[in-house]
Amino acid sequence: MSTQHATPVATNAASFDQSMSHIHAGGYALELRRLHKNFGKTEIIRGVDLAVRSGERVAIIGPNGAGKSTLFNLISGRFAPTSGDILLGGQRINGKKPFEINRMGLSRSFQITNIFPKLSVFENLRCGVLWSLGYKYTLFRFLADLDDANDRAEELMQMIRLDKKREVLAMNLTYAEQRALEIGITIAGGAGVILLDEPTAGMSKSETSRFIDLIREVTVGKTLLTVEHDMGVVFGLADKIAVVVYGEVIAFDTPEAVRANPKVQEAYLGSVLADEQAASVGH
Amino acid sequence: MASTHYSFKPYNVGRWVIWSLFAIILVLAPMVFDSNLSVSMLAQMGIAIIACLSYNMLLGQGGMLSFGHAVYTGLGSYMAIHALLRVSEGALSLPVSLVPLVGGLAGMFFAILFGYVTTKKAGTTFAMITLGMGELVFAMSLMFSEFFGGEAGVTADRVVGDAVMGITYGPGVQVYYLIAVYTFVSVALMFAFTRTPLGRILNAVRDNPERVEFIGYNTQMVRYLAFIIAGFFAGISGGLAAIQFEIVTAEVVGPIRSGGYLLFTFLGGATFFFGPIIGGILMVLAFVLFSEITKAWLLYLGLIFLFMVMYAPGGIASLIMMNLRVAAFGRLRELWVSYLALALTALVVLAGAGALIEMVYHLQLSTAMGDSVKFLGVTLNTQAADSWFGGVFVMLTGMGLFEVTRRMFIRQWSAIQTDIEKEIKRRETQ
Repeated sequence: MSTQHATPVATNAASFDQSMSHIHAGGYALELRRLHKNFGKTEIIRGVDLAVRSGERVAIIGPNGAGKSTLFNLISGRFAPTSGDILLGGQRINGKKPFEINRMGLSRSFQITNIFPKLSVFENLRCGVLWSLGYKYTLFRFLADLDDANDRAEELMQMIRLDKKREVLAMNLTYAEQRALEIGITIAGGAGVILLDEPTAGMSKSETSRFIDLIREVTVGKTLLTVEHDMGVVFGLADKIAVVVYGEVIAFDTPEAVRANPKVQEAYLGSVLADEQAASVGH
Repeated sequence: MASTHYSFKPYNVGRWVIWSLFAIILVLAPMVFDSNLSVSMLAQMGIAIIACLSYNMLLGQGGMLSFGHAVYTGLGSYMAIHALLRVSEGALSLPVSLVPLVGGLAGMFFAILFGYVTTKKAGTTFAMITLGMGELVFAMSLMFSEFFGGEAGVTADRVVGDAVMGITYGPGVQVYYLIAVYTFVSVALMFAFTRTPLGRILNAVRDNPERVEFIGYNTQMVRYLAFIIAGFFAGISGGLAAIQFEIVTAEVVGPIRSGGYLLFTFLGGATFFFGPIIGGILMVLAFVLFSEITKAWLLYLGLIFLFMVMYAPGGIASLIMMNLRVAAFGRLRELWVSYLALALTALVVLAGAGALIEMVYHLQLSTAMGDSVKFLGVTLNTQAADSWFGGVFVMLTGMGLFEVTRRMFIRQWSAIQTDIEKEIKRRETQ
């Protein structure tokens, strides 16, 4: 039933994005140039270069503490880079505030669920929609009368399969539902570039595979960057993989090429794949 | 974009009923309570309701704990009373009915001015800056006596200008109705605010400011705008107070007044829109009536606040809503015996504690009037051991009984809540 649903919904989402997609028509959607970030004397990001084409799905992998989340925090404006440039659709965004970057068409999710706990599912999504539809700080109109915002929120609710939980407060959702809502808020504004920070963290195997289908479905036509630990997810979802080790991108290529890359094998993948094999043998 | 859901906006009958009732109560109240004191109290309640609701725009809806809200009500009062003076001098032509708007604009102006600094940060920093700002203005009120009137304050006569349709604002009841109109409109506007995009994003900023930054909103701007709007309504409340009392003294911008708004908004309940309305009414009852009954009223108030924070942090409004939910599932009847028991045992505690408190206050303040204290129809002797032991005995007995009934009630209450949760789950899956 859900697959029958998926197609018209996805088309709707794509048509909604067209207003935003001009900012990275052709060329690179996102570019990092010689990016550095120090916390005090500690260098966390040590000269990262990365260029992501519009519509590409990129997974960022690497061991814990390699700087993947820091990279996301730099791109989304949570931290300012120490040096180097970040370009979104060709425009420099380093040093800009998160809300400015969001308005330029980049949206992110969080590793630790980051939603509005005391608002209902519907209100959570509607909040995510408001700015992009131009309502900004509107004071002289009622939310109930904003048909486009309400329709869009309803539509998102169906996309993330939470339409039965419309009035439930976000804090009362199950963990998997909260993760879905997190994705819903992230895509609500119709941003063309989506950053997902460990979207499946803490989920069971079966939840994860369903969730990956959902992510694929709601990010059709968008540029997607995701940090992910589950190698099954990574190889299933990504067009390209960037391997970050110790604050540097040591490889950026197709999944097959990355898998075959001896440098990656040595630095990271070898141990992870061995672990996974050991785990699957164990079962 | 085609509508993907069935949209139907029903004519909201419930809402019309509630607002009509509110209007009728405002109209009828001074006819039912028609003594001078009660009309004056009703007028003050209107003023307090607007103030507490404007305060809750910050606290309940925006998560901003302000310790300096009296700055905006108070400066609104001052500007309004100066406007009233200018009107009586003939320097300004303004109907008295519009003087509260002068207060509102003043409140808004100072919120624009001071709020730019205070709303830069949220949380503890915000609270600290508002505290500092409050102290600053209060200190200035003592320095600039031309504007603030020094110790004596500023007085004015509200019966100025031409009477419009026989309304001079001489009689208190005319002032009451002016305040009632402002109260109704302000409450309606502040409620409407909660239904606007800005109002909803303000809730989002309260819940999770960090995430709001990542959906395109500048949280600082959201806080600042809300602060300005709250300042406007605070100023309206202050302007009405200037007309009601015809005198404004420095205490209206003082920290005690700010604390009062915080305390009563919290008591009424910050999590529901109507909570501060209850808070405003209680504020006037406490300040006017309660303070007449006992000298120790601030102590009682402090104790009530303490217990409220500990046991019902959602205030009276949340207690009402919790019980309405139980009633909606038809389970309230089971609880009335427990409620009766809780009330009775609490009264026993109160009687004992009250006797002790009154005796202590008598010893401290009025020993010259003799040793005996009248309390609840009993004559207590502050020099006699049996009065003290009696008080302690009654209080401890009450506390023991209360604790026993409280535990029983908690068990009963949680059993009912579990049933209700199950029922909700069952309805969801249907």
